[in-house]
Amino acid sequence: MSGPRARTLIEPIVDNNPITLQILGVCSALAVTTSLLPALIMCIAVISVAAIANSAISAIRSVVPKNIRIIVQMTIIASLVIVVDQVLKAYAFETSKQLSVFVGLIITNCIILGRAESFAMHNPVIPSFLDGVGNGIGYSLVLIIVASTRELFGAGTLLGFTILPTVSDGGWYNPNGLMLLPPSAFFVIGLLIWAVRSWKRDQVEQPQFRIHEEQV
Amino acid sequence: MSDKTNDIRQTLLVALGVSLVCSVLVATAAVLLEPRRVQNEQRAIRYDILDVAGRLTDAVDIDSAFDAIETRLIHLDSGEYADPGADPAAFDPRRAARDPELGLAIPAHLDVAQIDRRSRLGRVYLVRENEELERIVLPIHGYGLWSTMYGFVAITPDAGRVLAIKFYEHAETPGLGDQIDDPGWLASWRNKRLYDDSGDLAIEVIKGSVRPNDPRAEHRIDGLTGATLTARGVSNTVRYWLGEHGYGPYLAQLKEGTNQ
Repeated sequence: MSGPRARTLIEPIVDNNPITLQILGVCSALAVTTSLLPALIMCIAVISVAAIANSAISAIRSVVPKNIRIIVQMTIIASLVIVVDQVLKAYAFETSKQLSVFVGLIITNCIILGRAESFAMHNPVIPSFLDGVGNGIGYSLVLIIVASTRELFGAGTLLGFTILPTVSDGGWYNPNGLMLLPPSAFFVIGLLIWAVRSWKRDQVEQPQFRIHEEQV
Repeated sequence: MSDKTNDIRQTLLVALGVSLVCSVLVATAAVLLEPRRVQNEQRAIRYDILDVAGRLTDAVDIDSAFDAIETRLIHLDSGEYADPGADPAAFDPRRAARDPELGLAIPAHLDVAQIDRRSRLGRVYLVRENEELERIVLPIHGYGLWSTMYGFVAITPDAGRVLAIKFYEHAETPGLGDQIDDPGWLASWRNKRLYDDSGDLAIEVIKGSVRPNDPRAEHRIDGLTGATLTARGVSNTVRYWLGEHGYGPYLAQLKEGTNQ
């Protein structure tokens, strides 16, 4: 793989991460991260939808009239999401029940439409595919970190295996119930963004305006 | 972009082509995966039936354990068992409720569960322990705050007490209304008495907590904080189905012990 292609794949993982830098797709990141397994299934779903949607949209980009491009993108994305939902109901029924509406809501995940519109509409198929995979992995990385933190400290387990034995099971760990509630995902994502931006200073945004000093 | 891509014919052509390809894709996936999906859903419902039937253990094989439970159809109006020729497994209560022949409209003043119509036939699950009837599982459904809630209630064979209750399908508010799935709350239904001493249906979910000195405490279940309307919907659902217009006639026969 040549340089620019590798960059297309790798850049969205940390340097241009859709969640931590662009703050996209946060809604589902809050909802599906109470435990690790549904988060992992969600990651696979998002990576496949992002990659296939990007490739398909890129393949037809030169024939799509400008005035209906968004609805064409939405149709393709929605169809892929329905297929993914059906596959999950057939092969991962228990997890699909936990994910409930959030699989369907991949349709409205800004990451996917955002990449389709800003990347796939202007680039050939293979880079678009890589961009979809890269952004999917970037999203997944954040999801996995948040879900691991929440499951570990909220329930003392990871993927259902006990790591910190809880008091109710005769262990020593008193689970933090807040971790199982949606606001904790905000805190974890917030801390993560802080950590990433302390490490990569160039991601820190410039203030959009400054308050002038008082002039008498 | 060239001029051609804003041409009206091009627009229609692309719209049509994309719709066609996408609809074929979605339809193919739905048709190919349907058998597995239906099987999964059926197993999930069987799992819940076994759960309220008290037959769920770690090692249990769902299908064989379910086959050990006798499924019967009853005429809800009379409480009599339907003739054995009818296949309970093939019976679809949701379709039957909509059918003008097989279903009936519930009079508005009786429709506390807000379901409009119900099937004339009902399905009951008889759970036996060493040939002895141990509990009866009754399907129930009714409207909560946003959604129709589908579940099962298990009662003693003399229709005296609730043994278990569980909902397998609903779309109540996550975090509030979905407390109806909370195992602790569901367990609080256990051993509540259905009827008071004068024989009237007395079981209900109240608002707030049941006080220990409440004379009707043995009929009452605590409400759910932040989910008053959902809890009321559960109460109405249970009261409709255990009442005169639901399984009432069947339960009356159970109470007399004439219907084994």
